Amino acid sequence: MSWLNAVVQGVLLGGFFAISALGLSIVFGVMRIVNLAHGALMILAAYGSVLLIERTGLGTWSSLLVVVPVMAALGYLLQRLVLQRAVSISELAPLMVTFGISIMIPNALVELFTSDVQALPTGNLATRSVSAGGIAVGLLPLLTFGIAVVLIAGLQLFLARARSGRLMRAAADDSQALRLMGVDNRVVYAQATAIAFATLALAGVLFGVRQGGVAPFDGQVTVLLAFETVIIGGLGSLWGTLVGGIVLGVTQTLGGEFSPEVPLLVGNLMFLAVLAFRPNGILGRETRA
Amino acid sequence: MSLLEVTSLDAGYGDFQALFDIHLTVETGELLALVGANGAGKSTLLRTIAGAIAPMSGHVRYAGADITGQPDFMRARTGIVLVPEGRRLFPTLTVEENLLVGGSTRRDGPWNLSAVFDLLPIVADLRNRACSHLSGGEQQAVAIGRALMSNPDLLLLDEVSLGLAPIIVGQLYAVLPNIRERGMTVILVEQDLSRTLAVADRVACMLEGRLVLAGRPAELTREQVTDAYFGHGYGYLDTDSGAAR
Amino acid sequence: MTTTTQPQTTAGSVRVDRDRGRAMLAVGLALVALVALAAAPYFIGPGITTDWGNLFYLVTLASMWNLLAGYAGMLSVGQQGFIGLGAYGVFVFNDRGVNPYLSAVIAAAVVAAIAFPVSYLAFRLRGGYFAIGTWVIAEVMRQIIVRFESLGAGKGRTISAYTEDPILRKAYTYWLALGVMAVALAAGYALLRSRTGLALQSIRDNEPAAGAVGIRVSRVKRLVFIASAAGCAAAGAVICIRSLGVAQPNEIFGVGYSAIMIFAVVIGGIGTIEGPVVGAVVYYLLDKYFGQSGVWYFVGLGLVAILVTLFLPKGIWGELASRWHLSLLPVGYRTRSTPHPTGWLTARDHRP
Repeated sequence: MSWLNAVVQGVLLGGFFAISALGLSIVFGVMRIVNLAHGALMILAAYGSVLLIERTGLGTWSSLLVVVPVMAALGYLLQRLVLQRAVSISELAPLMVTFGISIMIPNALVELFTSDVQALPTGNLATRSVSAGGIAVGLLPLLTFGIAVVLIAGLQLFLARARSGRLMRAAADDSQALRLMGVDNRVVYAQATAIAFATLALAGVLFGVRQGGVAPFDGQVTVLLAFETVIIGGLGSLWGTLVGGIVLGVTQTLGGEFSPEVPLLVGNLMFLAVLAFRPNGILGRETRA
Repeated sequence: MSLLEVTSLDAGYGDFQALFDIHLTVETGELLALVGANGAGKSTLLRTIAGAIAPMSGHVRYAGADITGQPDFMRARTGIVLVPEGRRLFPTLTVEENLLVGGSTRRDGPWNLSAVFDLLPIVADLRNRACSHLSGGEQQAVAIGRALMSNPDLLLLDEVSLGLAPIIVGQLYAVLPNIRERGMTVILVEQDLSRTLAVADRVACMLEGRLVLAGRPAELTREQVTDAYFGHGYGYLDTDSGAAR
Repeated sequence: MTTTTQPQTTAGSVRVDRDRGRAMLAVGLALVALVALAAAPYFIGPGITTDWGNLFYLVTLASMWNLLAGYAGMLSVGQQGFIGLGAYGVFVFNDRGVNPYLSAVIAAAVVAAIAFPVSYLAFRLRGGYFAIGTWVIAEVMRQIIVRFESLGAGKGRTISAYTEDPILRKAYTYWLALGVMAVALAAGYALLRSRTGLALQSIRDNEPAAGAVGIRVSRVKRLVFIASAAGCAAAGAVICIRSLGVAQPNEIFGVGYSAIMIFAVVIGGIGTIEGPVVGAVVYYLLDKYFGQSGVWYFVGLGLVAILVTLFLPKGIWGELASRWHLSLLPVGYRTRSTPHPTGWLTARDHRP
């Protein structure tokens, strides 16, 4: 029973990994930029919630109403003012810039909040669970998984049907041709980055809620997990992030059955195995990485 | 007033200069054909007019305004649309989605999805297909339809017939009168002389980055045009005279 | 000879100039400096030489990262994996009775051997994904190392057997740091002046084109990846020996080392031999005078690296070099036309 339990928990954990990977996947899919600051930005968003809860008395969930739009706006500006310039310099420049950001954020957070864990209270949501067939499932992981499915379906629909979603796919295909159609590709890029930042903000707050709080350097773990999720699932597919997340989540929880110390290591080894034997990911078709 | 006025234009890529001192005017409603050999600078001139390449010097005026410094996407919004060499469709989008992206300028005019489908029935048949799976002729038809979707005043067609079977080229050329009957101005780049001379109001010949001959087809002899095309008597590539440039 | 019947060359010929003279001069000066630095412990107190050792491993690390990113176009944020392995390698061989200094050398060689299979995994990824992939690999290395009780598990450990005399120990450590730096710089320079260096630069400029003209792209990149891993491991061993052990596995395997390397290379000038040295000196000085000013210091480093990337992409050395046409250690090729008088062929043309 404990094995089945581990698999169920792993699948639900995969929902969280999928949410945290979406932003990385979108930014790479549309702009071919790998955002090394992805994890640090998640944690920044979680600290945004911490700050709002402290200063305004908002709850964790209602703080999302502020944090998500603010992070989206930050993404828009960062793309327009900084990353767009970096892309025009060299292939390495956007990597160096985002890595620089990933160093600045946690150190600034230490200075502003100390390196202690900051709590993100959610009432009793984190501890409540529902039981079915002898397996107790946490309400929070269940909710997270539900959010992941709805979010991915929504984004997929947006990209397939909405005008700006269509322009994002067109920009990913051929940004120069898009400009000849009267569309400023830089605006499209900034919109895509804004969406990516909105999802990573949500992921960051969910991370804090799951863990019971956030610490400044947590982003160094979350960026790697998000990245592994993208690669395992296969690049260029949003549903792939859910598959990648589930594979990674189940691997980790099964690893945890052996020893509480090894889930991260086992997950990383799973990632390396995928890299060695299925380099295009589980759902991947073409070589893009 | 001329719709387009190019004066003293020099342009190129990086250190490489491809256009030298181009002067060109195009009247509203006119069809101008640019002819010349490979590498003569025809495509570069179209791309410079569309704003995809910034000129090194000289000016481009459009509908009375100097647009030399205007970026490509702004020019598309004011009505200059290029059908680029190689079609450049969005391969992961369907035919219909390509057309809808083409309508992004949201300019008013006769062209919309159903007008394009009427003009090019083949495109209507393919509307839900991904563009990566189309033949060259189908792609070219979609590319023309996509450009029409933005209701341009000035349509720039680059090498429409490149790599296509003559029968398909004939079909594509057959729709030109329908496009023009609504007053659209067209600049056409073409290597096929006879086809060009048949449809054009005016022909301009380019040779090694320079405009060397321009006039109405009726006023030009075939020899004049072929001489300009190959450079005979212009001091270029002329092996008989023994004189290099 | 048919030369007399051939039409005479009037255009002059082209000679490929590799700045041999200037390169020899610079190498000579470097050797003099090396001898002087090697003699330093006999004249200068251990406090100062220990401080210089700090600079030496920074120069080593920056040069190794530059070799990867600046010459082979591979941006790694996982070199700390090799740094950590090099540091822990010292324990492994020292525990078996080898003195720590020789252990450092063996550790670097072993890490080079480990880097060979690792490269096959890492090279599955490109560009930015290569960057994060190397970061994951570094994490895996840390997570495996801390599973070993004999290596101190997650708590770090100290070197068990080292030279007792503190003066001598510090001198040996200094010489090791100096030697590692000298070998790293010399090997890097030799590599870049070799045919492989030319292949590397063509890969960096246009990888598909390089492949098309017959350069075995992945072989050349793999060579650089392994060389850089060995250099980073040696630097890691130096770091370990300098502090007589590893206090925190999280630190020696920490991404902070990548931050330092990237900072030094970006500030100094990526893609030049001299740039990383300049950048390492800048970082060394900043760290010496501002390093104690809390974590805002790191925020500042990140900000400066971003600003330099965006507004001074050639870095300090690159800017100076292009402004004054400087190059102490030229690795490039320049063609010079050597016009010769009509009807007279130079002796060079007849050389076999």
